[in-house]
Amino acid sequence: MNEKSRRIEKDLFASMLLRMYRIRSLEKTVKQLYFQDLITGPLHLYIGEEAVAVGACSALEPTDYVVSTHRGHGHCIAKGGDLKKMMAELLGRETGYCKGRGGSMHLTDPKMGLLASSGIVGGGIPISLGAGFSSVYRKSRQVTLCFFGDGATNQGSFHESLNLAALWRLPIVFVCENNLYAITVSVAKSLPIKDIADRSISYGIPGKIVDGMDVVAVYQAVKEAVDRAREGKGPSLIECKTYRFEGHWVGDPIVYRTDEEVEKWKKRDPIIKFRKILLGKENFTEDELDNIKKQANQEIQEAVEFAKNSPFPNPKEVEKYVYYP
Amino acid sequence: MIREITYAQALNEALKEEMRRNEKVFMIGEDVALHGGTYGVSKELLEEFGDRRVKDTPISEAAIVGLGVGAALTGLRPVVEIMYIDFTTVAMDQIANQAAKLRCMSGGAVKISLVIRTQGGSGTGEAAQHTQSLESWFVHTPGLKVIMPSTPYDAKGLFKTAIRDDNPVVFIDHKLLFPQKGLVPEEEYLLPFGQADVKRKGDDLTLVATSLMVHRALEASRALEKQGVTVEVIDPRTLVPFDKQAIVNSLRKTGRLLIVHEACTRAGIGAEILREIIEEGFDYMDVPPKVLGGRNSPTPYATPLERVAVPQVKDIIDAATDMIGVKRMS
Repeated sequence: MNEKSRRIEKDLFASMLLRMYRIRSLEKTVKQLYFQDLITGPLHLYIGEEAVAVGACSALEPTDYVVSTHRGHGHCIAKGGDLKKMMAELLGRETGYCKGRGGSMHLTDPKMGLLASSGIVGGGIPISLGAGFSSVYRKSRQVTLCFFGDGATNQGSFHESLNLAALWRLPIVFVCENNLYAITVSVAKSLPIKDIADRSISYGIPGKIVDGMDVVAVYQAVKEAVDRAREGKGPSLIECKTYRFEGHWVGDPIVYRTDEEVEKWKKRDPIIKFRKILLGKENFTEDELDNIKKQANQEIQEAVEFAKNSPFPNPKEVEKYVYYP
Repeated sequence: MIREITYAQALNEALKEEMRRNEKVFMIGEDVALHGGTYGVSKELLEEFGDRRVKDTPISEAAIVGLGVGAALTGLRPVVEIMYIDFTTVAMDQIANQAAKLRCMSGGAVKISLVIRTQGGSGTGEAAQHTQSLESWFVHTPGLKVIMPSTPYDAKGLFKTAIRDDNPVVFIDHKLLFPQKGLVPEEEYLLPFGQADVKRKGDDLTLVATSLMVHRALEASRALEKQGVTVEVIDPRTLVPFDKQAIVNSLRKTGRLLIVHEACTRAGIGAEILREIIEEGFDYMDVPPKVLGGRNSPTPYATPLERVAVPQVKDIIDAATDMIGVKRMS
C-alpha cells in the first residue's frame, strides 16, 4: 500500500473509531439523562452494536441514503449526524432534529440522507424501496442502506420489499442487525432457520453473514454490496451477527438472557477489538486512540449542555407540522 | 371547448397532463401499466411515458405505498394505486404510520408529495372485501388529505390538484362512477381542496352527500321538486380539508340537515360532518339533523341484500320528506 493510501486508510479508521466512541458515549449519557427525567420517552440503546452502524455507513458516500429504526442513534451518528441536534431532540427541545416532535425513535436528517427512522418494526424497509427507485429514476447512482433487526425479518414488509427490490434491481443494501432478540423473544423462538442471510436466496440476491462486532469486516462486506448496487447490479442482504449489551429499552428487566451470555459478548466489545487492530496493524498510538475517545466525550458533553439550555417547543404550535405548508 | 367524457377518462386526462407537465410524476400499482388499470384510469400511459414512469407491481400493497413514501422523500411525485380501498388494510402501516406522520414526526424536515389513488363502493356483487367505503379511517388520520369526487369535472380538477399537493393525499373513487359521463372543458383547470360544490340549489333542506350518493341525492331532489320541495345538494368533494362554511351557510337558509353516505352509519363520515356542523350551526336547525348511511354490516353478496345495505334514492326521498314534514311519496 502506498503512502497516500495509508493516510486515507488511517483517516478512515480514525473517523470510524471516533464515531464508535461518539455512539458509546452518547448512549451511556442518555441512559443517565433518562433516570434524571430529562429524557421522557423510551430509549433503545445501541451499545455493543457500534461496529455495524459505523462499518456500514463508512461504506457510503455523503449523498447516499439511510433508513433507520427505533434503535437508531448509532445510524444517525455513523452517517455524520449533528450531536447537538440529536441530544436536543432526545430532550424534546425546539432545537432538536425534529423540533422535539419525534424523539429517540424518529431521528430524521434529510440533508445528510437519513430519510426516516421507523418506530414500527419493519416499517422503514418499504420506504427504502422508494429511495432506491428514486435513485434509479433520477440516474443519480445513490445507494440506500436499510437497517433493521432480526425481528423485522419476520414482518411481511421485509418479504414484500426484498422481493420488489430484487425484481426491479434497486440499489439498496439491506443490513440486518441480528442481535438475537426481538425485545424478549430470541431468534431460537422466532426463526425456523439459523441464518437470516439465507433468506436472500428466496429473492435471488446475494446474502452474506458478517461478524457484527468487527467494524472492518462490516465495512468490507457492506462496501462490496454498496459498490455492486451503485453499478446497477441490484440489492444485497448483509446479516451482521451482533449483540446489544443493554436491554431492549432502558428499564428492561432483561429476564430473557443469562449473565453468562452477556459477558461472553462483552468480551468481544467492538471498540476494544478495533483498538487492538489499530494499535497493532495500523500503527496508531495509545495516545492517539485516547485522544479520539476524549474528543468524543467532550462533544457529547457539549451536546448535553446545548440541549439542556434549549427551549421546549411552544404548545401553541402543536399542530404546526401536520400538513405542508 | 366543453365535451362529455367519462369519469375514468377525466382521471386519465389528468394523469397524462400532470405527467407531461412534471417529469417527477410517476405511477405504480397492480395492473396499471400494461392493462391500463382495472377501470381504465391509466390507459395509454405506458405507451406515452414508458416503463420507467409507469410500472406494474407485484401484489405487495405495503411495498407499493412504502415505495411511494420513499420516492416522495427523495424528491419525486409518485401516484400509487391501491386497486380496491379494501386492500389499503395491507398497506395500513405505510399509509397511517409512515406517509401520514413522517412530516410531523420530523418537525417539518420532510414533506411527502404522494397520491394514493383507490376506489371503493358496492353495487357490483363483489361482496364484503371488495366494496367498502373506508374514507373515515383516513379522515381520522391527521396528516392525510382525503378526496372523494363525484363527477368527471370534479375528478379531473381535484386529481390534478392532488398530484401537485405536497402532502399525502388519499384519492377515493367509487367503482360505479368510472363509466359515468359528464361535461369537462378541454382547457386545463384545477380545483382547490377545501371547497364544497353546491350541486343543486334549494330552500327546504340541506342535503350533504358524498361520491356516488351525490347522484342519488340529485335524483331524489328532482323527484321531491314535483312535490314542491326544493333540496340544496352539497357535495363536499374533499373530506380533509373540509368546507364547513358552505354547509353552515346552507343550513342557515334551510334549517334542515340531512347527510347521506354509502359507508356504514356507525362512525361514518356523516357522524364527523354532523359534529362539525352542530358546533356552529345548531341554532339554525329547525329539526333534528339526520345521517343516512349504509347498514352496519359487511356488504352481502346477494343482490336484494346488497341493495338494502346502502341508501337508495327512495331512502333519501323518505328521509327528506320525513324531515320536511310532508307526506311520504309512495
